[in-house]
Amino acid sequence: MAKKTHVTTTINGEETEFLCEPRQSLLEVLREGLDLTGSKEGCNNGNCGACTVMLNGLPVDSCLVLAVEAEGAEITTIEGIAQQGHLHPLQQCFLEGAALQCGICTPGFIVGAKALLDRNPNPTEEEIRFNLAGNLCRCTGYDKIVRSIQEAAERLQSAT
Amino acid sequence: MGGLTTLSGFEYVAPTDLAAAATALRDAGGRACVLAGGTDILVQLREGMRAADLVIDVKKIPELLQLDYATDSGLCLGAATPCYQVNTTADVAEAYPALVDATRIIGGWQIQSRASVGGNLCNSSPAADSIPPLLVYQAVCHLAGPEGRRSIPVHEFCTAPGQNSLQPGELLATLTLPPQSASAGSAYQRFIPRNEMDIAVASAASWMELDDSGSTIQSARIALGAVAPTPVLAEEASQFLVGKAPTEENFAAAGALARQVASPIDDMRGTVEFRVHLAGVLTQRTLALAHRRIQES
Repeated sequence: MAKKTHVTTTINGEETEFLCEPRQSLLEVLREGLDLTGSKEGCNNGNCGACTVMLNGLPVDSCLVLAVEAEGAEITTIEGIAQQGHLHPLQQCFLEGAALQCGICTPGFIVGAKALLDRNPNPTEEEIRFNLAGNLCRCTGYDKIVRSIQEAAERLQSAT
Repeated sequence: MGGLTTLSGFEYVAPTDLAAAATALRDAGGRACVLAGGTDILVQLREGMRAADLVIDVKKIPELLQLDYATDSGLCLGAATPCYQVNTTADVAEAYPALVDATRIIGGWQIQSRASVGGNLCNSSPAADSIPPLLVYQAVCHLAGPEGRRSIPVHEFCTAPGQNSLQPGELLATLTLPPQSASAGSAYQRFIPRNEMDIAVASAASWMELDDSGSTIQSARIALGAVAPTPVLAEEASQFLVGKAPTEENFAAAGALARQVASPIDDMRGTVEFRVHLAGVLTQRTLALAHRRIQES
């Protein structure tokens, strides 16, 4: 077994240290080491997006990042999206718009959608579908997800 | 929790200079993998298609994260620079639209945040989206090894599916793409049965430069993907266009010639017949789009 490596990173705004083996993915360490089980394992090969987190502001599949690569990085997981006990408008709109059924894909969609709205506060339907092509949902047929993201975008814009 | 398919053990190093990376690669004697974005390598390691005792992360080497562009000198692209950065750099997207046509559809956003053009090239898939564009731009690959550096044209890089001309201990450092004139245009398209997130059944990149009048093609290059053991240049189709007018008729004739270099396999993605047909159609369409882009610029 390879020697464990000490990694210092910032997760959801808090400096976090952990020990990991080089072979461990960021997803494994988040879920099994840090008890941040909001990020889901779907395919574990970069197709489904259920494990999406933001790494230095960009959405990545955490199953395709080695935890050792997170040294010095800023990570946002689904656990960091709600602020001070209040759901983010994306989360609220997903609930109100019934944009989930089984819910496995939802954390990845919320994080991916947050990354999109951070850069493009008023995306078209096509832009939403294109930018979230790396997130798969087998329940909703996507329409309710897209509409909920549009609704969240409107609320965020009218709040500013 | 037993659900996660874990990787087998390996050591990890992240050298900060190229010479150290090349030395580590050589010393591991074929038991090392170079890690850029990891979107191919980590899947291959996890699924047992590759084995490694050592993973060498090259993202701490500044030269490999370059994205330097100037209109008069062209583009120098670090081998580990992620696709997302290429997509969002406006002057690069404007100068090399065929490259960005490809980097915008390599996986989804999560993949593009990590995956690099250099990694796509080194993975050397016949269906790699970024290689036909690199071929039509006549990109040059700058390699570093324990014995020093060398450069080769991109059309000499891929040798067979998953195989390339990197020697033991050698890694790709940068890619350079020549500057583009205002009278040059380019495009890349692939066919997949979905809208996004799939591997090309067949693909084509086209590049052309018009003369000063804009009515004659001065130079043209066409490259095809997923229709041969490596991405290939369609030389005869490219030569046919030189001195001709940029018309749909000539683009269709070039497409017919491009079909002749297609020697695809039958597999679950498509039949030989379908792929050969696609090679012609995609050649014609990318030529028309490349021409339209010159007119619109």
